[in-house]
Amino acid sequence: MTKSFLARNPSVLAFLLCLALFTLGVTVLSEGLGLNLVSTSFVKTLGKTLCLCLAAIAMDLVWGYCGILSLGHFAFFGLGGYAIGMWLMYERTRLIVVDSLANAPLPPTEQEIADAIGTQIFGVVGSAEFPPVWAFAHSLPLQLVMVVLVPGVLALVFGWLAFRSRVTGVYLSILTQAMTLALSLYLFQNDSGLRGNNGLSGLQNLPGLADTPQSLVSLWFFWASALALALGYLLAAWVVSGKLGSVIRGIRDDEARVRFLGYPVETFKLFVFTLTAIIAAIAGALYYPQAGIINPAEIAPIASIYLAVWVAIGGRGRLYGAVIGAAFVSLLSTFFTGGQAPDLNLGVYTVKWVDWWLVLLGLSFVLVTLFAPKGIGGLFDLAAGIRSPNRRGADLGPDQGSFREKEAET
Amino acid sequence: MTQLLEVSGVSVSFDGFKAINNLSFSIGPAELRAIIGPNGAGKTTFMDIVTGKTRPDEGSVLWGEEHVSLLGLSENRIAQAGVGRKFQRPTVFEDQSVFDNLMMALKKPRGPLATLLFRPSEADVARVGELAREIGLADALTRKSGELSHGQKQWLEIGMLLAQEPRLLLVDEPAAGMTLAEREHTTDILVEAAKTRAVVVVEHDMEFVRRLNCKVTVLHEGSVLAEGSLDHVTANKDVIDVYLGRG
Repeated sequence: MTKSFLARNPSVLAFLLCLALFTLGVTVLSEGLGLNLVSTSFVKTLGKTLCLCLAAIAMDLVWGYCGILSLGHFAFFGLGGYAIGMWLMYERTRLIVVDSLANAPLPPTEQEIADAIGTQIFGVVGSAEFPPVWAFAHSLPLQLVMVVLVPGVLALVFGWLAFRSRVTGVYLSILTQAMTLALSLYLFQNDSGLRGNNGLSGLQNLPGLADTPQSLVSLWFFWASALALALGYLLAAWVVSGKLGSVIRGIRDDEARVRFLGYPVETFKLFVFTLTAIIAAIAGALYYPQAGIINPAEIAPIASIYLAVWVAIGGRGRLYGAVIGAAFVSLLSTFFTGGQAPDLNLGVYTVKWVDWWLVLLGLSFVLVTLFAPKGIGGLFDLAAGIRSPNRRGADLGPDQGSFREKEAET
Repeated sequence: MTQLLEVSGVSVSFDGFKAINNLSFSIGPAELRAIIGPNGAGKTTFMDIVTGKTRPDEGSVLWGEEHVSLLGLSENRIAQAGVGRKFQRPTVFEDQSVFDNLMMALKKPRGPLATLLFRPSEADVARVGELAREIGLADALTRKSGELSHGQKQWLEIGMLLAQEPRLLLVDEPAAGMTLAEREHTTDILVEAAKTRAVVVVEHDMEFVRRLNCKVTVLHEGSVLAEGSLDHVTANKDVIDVYLGRG
């Protein structure tokens, strides 16, 4: 009981070691600093994947541990991306504008600069005015605060309303879907102030670093993503290792019982929901500068469903499962939809993976759910020789309990 | 002597069916009480009302020396005030070890932040060990509670209840599915607990109630039919009609 945190959780140390080795390996092989074996675009893909893994950890915390099947966490991911994207776009446009106006016979006034930036950014949606949501876009620190604050407050308010009225299960999932759909539809509008369906673009160019090659910038973001994933993993592991972990797993298995123990279940749910929303937002803020563009389609309901699919395939209720699921499925998805996978010629029909990938993903989701509910993470149990007794899906004990065999950890 | 819990004139109906009808009940701070009654007498609904799961249509539920009304408090607030409840079927957290189950129930601040930062002290670990000995699970601390036998789960839940250090224990059919030896042990635990706190036991089994050797309240159709010693109530004509008069 008195052992240190890492000693009690050997998988955390193993994970951090793997992540460090991976980061080092990619750096050594990279185009920017190393042997030029891994292209810049692939470094970006890997960096983005690390961000998705972080979002998957958030999803695992809220779903795998606390039992809230949120199908809206990609909304928070997207909001984080928008928040950082606003500063990136504003600042870069400002530098360009100042540069071009420097040649004018008269030095430009503040107002002229502001107008020129407005025209540059909002011309595409037929406007030149800065909407109120851009009030802090000129300042990086303020906008970084927004990365945490906006999704955090949205999650807090939404969660408070939903949990207070004791909405649970599939109804809550539908509610979170509705939230992300509403947000995405709102952002699609041109007068939402965030450039409608054009979204924010050119985010890969860091302001003031025009001379720095992308091969280097991509590595910076790759490192930052790896660091964020490591810290996020540590935080999540610490949160679930103590009594709070016990309580939220209790909430997942038998909410009413936890209530009769005296724990305010709604407050715990709200805490986990908001915490994971913030983790997802930070992941998004690191993801979109690597993607270069964000638009409302990114936070369409399907994105949040993918998140749940990754966690399910990786193995929910264990953090490394979520990471493995997100990395494995999203990289595979990049491979199949990027046109790199060779077509499969069946004689009568040629399978084009770009079209068939989703079918394959859906099928594997169904198969995993049916036959390997522990997901890929379950392979570690097999290797360690841990096996759940096969009671054909019946309860572990002789009596009707809260917990069934298929969900047993060990 | 002032009473710990005073329920007076409580009624509740579900879709027109009166589950509890003008029920009055009170119990002192260190008293053992058995509630018996046929199926549908309102025993479980009574517990639901006291623990805040069901809101009564009328009546009052007063608690403690200050006579605080429990109506309108949420379940977790009532639990924190000192009402512990054991369900009919054992509900322990099967995915977690016996140690974790007991540690979760141990009386500590219940807020998320306090829970997040909580690290068990030596005294807490010792207390959990002591409780485990009391309920005969000292060797099973690291086992998953889902692996325990039915009777052991019942005990674990009683242990969790004791860990909460409630002032009032509501126990629903604690002896269901237990062997004779296990029943005797359960009786001992309950009688011991009632020396320092109020314990209300809902039970079908007359033999078990006789062994508890305490005042008995008979419920029928949502109100109190008779109250007194077991011999007294079993001699009551109304009770005989309701309970035994099936012939």
